[in-house]
Amino acid sequence: MSKVYGVILAGGIGTRMGNVEKPKQFLDLGGKPVIIHTIEKFVIHPGFDAVLVLVPQAWVSYTRDIVRRQIPLKDKITVLPGGNTRNETIMNSIRYIEEQGDLDDHTIIVTHDSVRPFVTHRILDENIKYAGMYGACDTVVPATDTIVRSDDHDQITEIPDRKIMYQGQTPQSFRAKRLKELYDGLTESEKNILTDACKIMVLKGEHVHLVRGEVYNIKITYPYDLTVAQALLGMKTEEMQKC
Amino acid sequence: MLNAVFQLVTPRQFEVTFHQLELDEEHVLIRPTFLSICQADQRYYQGKRSEEVLKKKLPMALIHEGIGKVIYDPTGNYKVGEKVIMIPNEPFKKDEVVAENYLRSSKFRGSTMDGFMQEYVQTRPDRLVRIPAELNNDHTAAFTEMVSVCYHAISRFDRTAHRRRETIGVWGDGNMGYFTSLLLKTRFPDSRVIIFGRTGEKMADFSFLDDAVFTNAVPEDLYVDHAFECVGGSGAGPVINQIIDHINPEGTISILGVSEEPVPVNTRMVLEEGLRIIGTSRSGRADFEGLMELYHEKPETVGYLEKMISAVVKINGVSDMNNAFDMDIHKFTGKTIMEWN
Repeated sequence: MSKVYGVILAGGIGTRMGNVEKPKQFLDLGGKPVIIHTIEKFVIHPGFDAVLVLVPQAWVSYTRDIVRRQIPLKDKITVLPGGNTRNETIMNSIRYIEEQGDLDDHTIIVTHDSVRPFVTHRILDENIKYAGMYGACDTVVPATDTIVRSDDHDQITEIPDRKIMYQGQTPQSFRAKRLKELYDGLTESEKNILTDACKIMVLKGEHVHLVRGEVYNIKITYPYDLTVAQALLGMKTEEMQKC
Repeated sequence: MLNAVFQLVTPRQFEVTFHQLELDEEHVLIRPTFLSICQADQRYYQGKRSEEVLKKKLPMALIHEGIGKVIYDPTGNYKVGEKVIMIPNEPFKKDEVVAENYLRSSKFRGSTMDGFMQEYVQTRPDRLVRIPAELNNDHTAAFTEMVSVCYHAISRFDRTAHRRRETIGVWGDGNMGYFTSLLLKTRFPDSRVIIFGRTGEKMADFSFLDDAVFTNAVPEDLYVDHAFECVGGSGAGPVINQIIDHINPEGTISILGVSEEPVPVNTRMVLEEGLRIIGTSRSGRADFEGLMELYHEKPETVGYLEKMISAVVKINGVSDMNNAFDMDIHKFTGKTIMEWN
């Protein structure tokens, strides 16, 4: 039976968060690091055989420590070093799966930003289902703002019809072996341009199915996002200030 | 872990919020699959509770009838994926005399704590009941709690009422009246069970009973040994007094219908005839287990329950929740089930 892996991507160092000491995935949200909330969502989902957590090399030991201390089903979790880019981090996870002897045509990886802790059971369910059915899927929400395209960053080139525009979230899920084949076939310059794994699939003519996300499946990128996340948790203003 | 909880914040307005769940060694995590709407939920949804009550209880997740799948069980009682019925009553003390559903220290989902409209429900393993093979329809299993309340009322009646049970009357042709009548006839097949109602079309569904009587045309010489009131609301008073007029001396009146306002009762006749009036509310684990045993012994009962499903609404977001509750308001009879995604 082919396996389903949750792949939590925390390769970035979080430099966009301003003057914080830790990468954003390790910031506290309601008494726990953001990444722990995200791992918990994956680890209790029965659809995953294993969960891989990829973090910067310097944070591997730290992540193993907090996982050991804070998550009960830790045997299901493996912490690995990420790569230099998002796609290299994904490839590290696939290499690990291959080393375990688990990579076959139907092995599925559900890749997810470690800083999206509000992902739901339904979104994970549908990612596993549609990646198995179509080979790849991407989680999106309908665009609420009008999208403006500007090729020269000075004037409007185009305003696409908002009705057919979506905002990408994660998870993005794939048949791991097929994704690896396509990625390995890219030139170095293509690899530099194609920073999104779903984009690789689309450009190579693969079907990428849409999974409905949720507006609250937010990515904690900026300090403002952390405030929104705390508000979603129902924290009062004075509690937020203590964090 | 962050758990999405869909709370009613004001009448007719649901909003998502997140609560932290600690994955400990004592609690089981359930993924709700099918939830059933009850009149008690509707009273909150439509703002029919007093302003004081609404202010005190909201925001709160509604729904106390439902089933789900086990997602995580560190206690080792259940397998992952197993289907279970969730018991909404959460006792915190044990009492040798008072049942768990009457203890003031107990909490109840969708009333004194968040109900089942959540991404995951975390509960103790003794608050779960395995779904037996006989109950093979998820939609029917979803409203087991309501049937268990009727089972509980009948068990209390059985312990309290005198032994002559030749004729038993059930007042109220809604869901509560239907389930109570069905279980009464199943548990006391030799008794003549009569439904007293207002709508001929609804009473026609009570095909398993011996008789149906319109409440506005009760024959003067018709008397029952015992009665169940399943009406509630503003209709409770007139119905209880009609029962008093048509019950034999020393009969037992079991009251199941909830009324927001105090109900005037003809106590002169209660005294004169030596009547017993017993109130019943909610249910506990023993009632769920007893009901499952009854389904096992009399599997044909389940078939009568299936026909009470009024609508099944897929829930993919907050607007679907409003649709399900609005649809439930306008139903003729039966139960509205939410397929929880």
